Amino acid sequence: MIAQRPAPGERMRCPRCRAVLRTSRPAALDRVLAFALATPPLMAIALTASFLTLSGGGARQEASVIDAANAVAHANTWPLALAVGALIVALPLLRALALAYVLLPIRLGRGPARRAARAFRLAVELRPWAMAEIFLIGVAVVLVKVSGLASVSLGPAFWSFVALAALALMEDAALCERSVWDLIR
Amino acid sequence: MTAAAVVTARESGLIACTTCGKVWSPEAEICGHCETPLITRPAQGLSPVWAWLVAGILLYIPANMWPMLISRTLGREDASTILCGVVELTQLGSYGVAFIVFFASIVIPVAKFAAIAVLALAVRHEIAMSQTRLTHLYEVVEFIGRWSMIDIFVVATLAALVQLGFLASLAPGPAAACFALSVTFTMLSAKAFDTRLIWDRIGETK
Repeated sequence: MIAQRPAPGERMRCPRCRAVLRTSRPAALDRVLAFALATPPLMAIALTASFLTLSGGGARQEASVIDAANAVAHANTWPLALAVGALIVALPLLRALALAYVLLPIRLGRGPARRAARAFRLAVELRPWAMAEIFLIGVAVVLVKVSGLASVSLGPAFWSFVALAALALMEDAALCERSVWDLIR
Repeated sequence: MTAAAVVTARESGLIACTTCGKVWSPEAEICGHCETPLITRPAQGLSPVWAWLVAGILLYIPANMWPMLISRTLGREDASTILCGVVELTQLGSYGVAFIVFFASIVIPVAKFAAIAVLALAVRHEIAMSQTRLTHLYEVVEFIGRWSMIDIFVVATLAALVQLGFLASLAPGPAAACFALSVTFTMLSAKAFDTRLIWDRIGETK
């Protein structure tokens, strides 16, 4: 299909299937880069700070995601822990690093990094497998399930996950893949 | 729909990259821009789609028959399947949460099996459906498929709470692995489906 680039603020759609092919929002690059750079520090908080605190019968216990991973790694549940760790920590982090690797040199006016194309393809392919937002719904279900057994309060790590999920969704909305491909030469 | 106005890469004797959209001469094997291997249409046709789909459906059966969660209290072992978990939630009075789990673990996977089968049959003309509707169907499948993972995160979080001593005794059952693999395989099945096949038959049929 042959078409003109869209004017700033407009989007170009495929005349057949109506899929958005390309948007033109110069600020979007900055936004995606900001989300990518914010992910690693938020992930550090999400892993090390207290995720939730359970209290009941005078006892009180706090746990971080790292504590939970350590505990689960010793039991026979380690394959499950590994899969969940990949889906909510490793893959989102890898995706954010790949995006930053691609976009930061472009933003600084240095031209694309070596292997930028491969890194961006990795970031695009990882998207469906980064599941922070789905994990949060799962945690909400757990809170309902255990609410009768103990009182649960949410820690800063939980809210970091909420922020990570929100960043991922906003990043999706801002990222125009075709525009980034044009910048990688 | 003004489908006639569209000139495709294939009709022009070119080959388009599915990742970055650049077009190349048909001899090119790898996109010179983003390094994606270029294929005009998958040589194996729909076989990978069907293979992943069948694997996903087969694993979905034990995922529902076997226990998802095994709890032990006072020496009594209680194994609950996905459906038992939903019933338990309704007994707690949490109808909204029960609905979310039911929707994510049962409605979405089953609907997704059916939708992928419809897509694969429709491009072979076994089912008559408009191209626009097929495209929407594919978009829905692609968007919603990941959300069936909710129950896996529920089980993993519960298992972590147990290991930390928060809950008495609770372990993920064999269904957890089957379910996680079933969701993964159907995601791969949808990914293997080449959406260009939906549009190839324009002109052949009305």
